[in-house]
Order: sequence, then C-alpha cells, then structure tokens
Amino acid sequence: MSLTIPSHIPLEHFKRFVLSMADDELVLGHRDSEWTGHAPILEEDIAFSNIAQDEIGHALVWYTMYMELGGPSPDEMGFLREWKDFRCCHFVTYPRGDFAYTVVRQYLFDVAEQVRLQGLLSSSVDALRSVAEKLLREESYHLLHSQGLVERLGDATPESHERMQRAVTEAFPQALGIFEELEGESFLVEAGAFVGNAALRSDWLKEVVPVLHKASLQAPVQLEAENVKVLVSPHEGGRRGQHLEYLKQLVDDMQQVYRLAPQSQW
Amino acid sequence: MPEKSYEARLAEFEARINRGEKIEPGDWMPDEYRKNLIRMISQHAHSEIVGQLPEGKWIPHAPGFRRKLTLIAKVQDEAGHGQLLYRAAETLGKSREEMMDELLTGKAKYSNVFNYPTPTWADVGIIGWLVDTAAVINQTMLAQSSYGPYARAMKRICYEESFHIKQGYDSVVALAKGTPEQRALIQDAIHRWWYPTLMMSGPPDALSVHSQLALRWKIKTKSNEQVRQEFVDHIVPQIRALGFDVPDPDCVYDERTGHYRYTQPDWEELRRVVNGDGPCNAERLAARRKAHEEGRWVREALAVKYQKQREVAAA
Repeated sequence: MSLTIPSHIPLEHFKRFVLSMADDELVLGHRDSEWTGHAPILEEDIAFSNIAQDEIGHALVWYTMYMELGGPSPDEMGFLREWKDFRCCHFVTYPRGDFAYTVVRQYLFDVAEQVRLQGLLSSSVDALRSVAEKLLREESYHLLHSQGLVERLGDATPESHERMQRAVTEAFPQALGIFEELEGESFLVEAGAFVGNAALRSDWLKEVVPVLHKASLQAPVQLEAENVKVLVSPHEGGRRGQHLEYLKQLVDDMQQVYRLAPQSQW
Repeated sequence: MPEKSYEARLAEFEARINRGEKIEPGDWMPDEYRKNLIRMISQHAHSEIVGQLPEGKWIPHAPGFRRKLTLIAKVQDEAGHGQLLYRAAETLGKSREEMMDELLTGKAKYSNVFNYPTPTWADVGIIGWLVDTAAVINQTMLAQSSYGPYARAMKRICYEESFHIKQGYDSVVALAKGTPEQRALIQDAIHRWWYPTLMMSGPPDALSVHSQLALRWKIKTKSNEQVRQEFVDHIVPQIRALGFDVPDPDCVYDERTGHYRYTQPDWEELRRVVNGDGPCNAERLAARRKAHEEGRWVREALAVKYQKQREVAAA
C-alpha cells in the first residue's frame, strides 16, 4: 500500500468512495466514446471523443488511487472485474440514446462532478485535494461545452426543444442517483474527507435547475423560496451493486478481448 | 490592357509550379487543376471519415486502459483530419455539405481499404501499422503538392499519422510477444490486409486516368508505382523481423534493382471495391447515412441558433 490516509478514516469506506467515482467515469467515458465516428457533426465527433478520453483518463486516476490503497491494478478493475462489483450509479449505464439525451446526461453529470470536485478541494485528505485540483481543470471545459449545447439546443427549433425536454424528463430522476448515499458515508463526512452526497445534491440542484430553465427546459421540481423540492424519485441501487442489464452488456463488451488472454499483454 | 489569353495564363501557371511556388486559393488555375484537386482532396477527406468506422468498431472492446485511450484518440484524429481536408477543399469553392452529400449518395469515392472487414482485435494494430504506413508514404509525397492548402494540411496530418503507426506497431508487438493464439491473430490479419494495402496507392500509372495531369501539375510528385514500391521496401523487412510472413512467395529482395519484387494485386478487385462493390461498402455508407440523418436536427438547431444570435448582435 503506497498511499496512506489518516488513521481515523475507515479504509473500506474510503475505498468505496474512490471506487464509486472511478466507475462513474469509466462507464460514462465508454458511453461517450460510442459517438466516435457517429456524431451529428464532425466538431461534436471530435468533442465527444475528447470528453471520452478525459473521463476514462480520470477513471484511471481514481483506479490508480484505489490500487495505491491496496486494491488490484486499474486494468484488472476495468477489464476483469465482475459487472456486479461495479459501484457506478445507474445514470451512467443507460444506452447513449439520441444526441439530446447524450448532451443532457453529460451536462447533468458534469455539474455533479464539478460540485463533487470543488467540495474535495477542502477535503481533510491530501490525496483527494490534489486529484481534485488536477481534474477540475479539464472538467471546467466539459461543462462549458455541455452547458453551451444545452443552452443552444434547448429552444432553437420545435424539434430540438421537444427532444431536449424529453431528455431532461428522462435523465433528471436518473441523475439524482449520482447522489445515492454510500455505505459508511457518514464516517467520511465526519472525518472531513468529503461533504457528503446530500450536500452535493443540494448544490447540484441550485446549479442545474436555473440553467435548464433559462434554456426553456423544465426540470421536475418545485421552487419553494430558497429550496428546490424534487418531484420525482431518484434511480438508485448502483452504489450497492444492484445494476441494470445495461451495465452487464457494457462490461461484457468492454472485457471481451482482454478476457481472451487475461494473463497476457495486449 | 487586353485580357491575357488562356495559353498565356497557363504558361505562367506552369512556370510558377516548375519554380516550386505554391498555388494559393485566390490564384488563377486551370479548371482541370481545380477539379482534380477537389476530387483528390474530398476523396481523401471521405477516406478519413469512413476510415473511422473499421477501427471505431473496436473502441468498446479495446483491451486495457492504454489501448482504449489511444484508440479513441486515434479515431478522433481521423475526424480531425477529415475536418482539415474538407476545409482545404472548401478553399476551391465546394462546401462541406456538397461533399458530404456526394459521399452519402455514393457519387464520391474513398479509399478502397476501408471497405474490408475488421473481424478481430488484431486488425486495429495492422491498420495502424500497415495501412497507416502506406498512407504516410503517400501523404509525405502530397505534402510537397503544388496546392498550398493541401500541402500544409498534409504536413500536419503526416505528423499525427506517424503516431498512428507507432500505436499500431506497438499493439502488434504486444501480440507478437503474447500467446500462440495472439500471434496467429496477427499473421491472419497481415494475410488479409496485404493486398488491399498494396492497392491503396492506386492502379499502375498506365491504367490511371488521373495520374498524368496530377503529375504534370505537381499535385502529386511521385507515381502510384513509386509510392507502392517505397511501401513494400519499407514494410517487408519489418514484417519479417517480427517473424511473420507476407502472402506472396515471390516477394523477394532483388539485388540488381535494390528493391523487393512483389506480385501485383488484382486490379479488377480494386475497380470493383472503389466503385461500390466491396465486402463492406454498403455497411460503411449505411453507418454514415444513419449518423447524418439522426444528426440532422442538431445541425438545423445549431444553424437556427447561430442565425438568431447574429440577429440579436446586429440589432
């Protein structure tokens, strides 16, 4: 184990937290890469290929930390692990859908990542602070891109509006699943390792609801003075390994070649 | 002052080319030069775009983080090259939309090599190593082209393509050092890709309708045969050094000429594949058409939004 964390933080819970971030990034990056060669315009083909590389690269950063905490290598985690052992949220596992769904998912995820990483800047764990600093630089570009597309596609034409609204209605309850409480999370919050999913969710809502609204897109929420009341229930279960078949298919695809000769190099 | 005659302009144009000057977008040029360039550059751009598909198929299956990341980056580069080349062609007065339509309706051609299937992971390495080597040899020659925007695009593309070759070779070497099954995948892929790759530089010059003018005006500076020979001389020793063979018993080094001899590919097959009747032509075009159709609403929306923003800015 080459990385140590303060002794009052339970290692198992900490590792679970790191893994949830790694798995989210890998699976979403995989979904983004499904647009490579198939996007609506060349510029978006290039953009989504780029975002895919960033997300998968970030997954690699988190898996490396996981390994340094005593876990298996990143390749073993991504390419040999059973799908039920992934700890990503359901949200990132859904098929890529149309371009509207892809844009909305990316935007909702980018904001979640932004608030999560910003929260980590004041973590009591040095390693989390330095990774957050590094990743935030790239993530801010993702957000510029996805928010720009939400703003432009939200009310451009009747068709774009209809598709984007449908995507928001579909993706919103799924996205809430990002903030599903992790087992043992309260220990991490108490130790100041991170602020906790409930706080992140509330920051996220404050950010995404007005942006969607400005793009003429309605989120399933009710605004009550300072508070945003959510009217739908989140799609949860991923953080506990209760996954949908979509993830099984994705992991099968991803591991297909590697598993032909797991001991060999590729 | 009387207008210069066509002959006088042509003589001036050819003198410039012979002095090694570059022709730039606003300069006078014969219609045939323009047409030839548009045809070549747009075919080249289409090849990049269609060329994303055979390798892109393996992105979801790439084994390990390193391969997954480099493959996405590589296929992304192809899209970038397509973008760069469409822009070079646009300087000659044809829009990307027009060119795209010609690709999707089957009117425009693209490289034969992307109409072959990629049934195994080894194909990714072999395309990067063999196909991209052949492409770089051709493109290094085109970087000397007399048309400035094409030559400059080529220079940048060659630089990136040299990484693609490294990526392909690295992936091949990993398999070559692996299990007997992994080695067999490579050998099988070399056999399948050998002749399609040889065909990439085009038919023998005697059969090539476009070659003569392109050479005269230095759109290209080497004949198809020269480019192919360079590829064979370069790649055969590499293939053999890794312990693999090429599917051509007559491929031997000729002391007298200083070149490798090789069996000519089936030029009738090239004609068929380029004209739409290859193993994967229908599949490739169907994938491009699907992406184009499904993306229509996005392009329309972005155009409308752009227009609205301009109106707001002007008001």
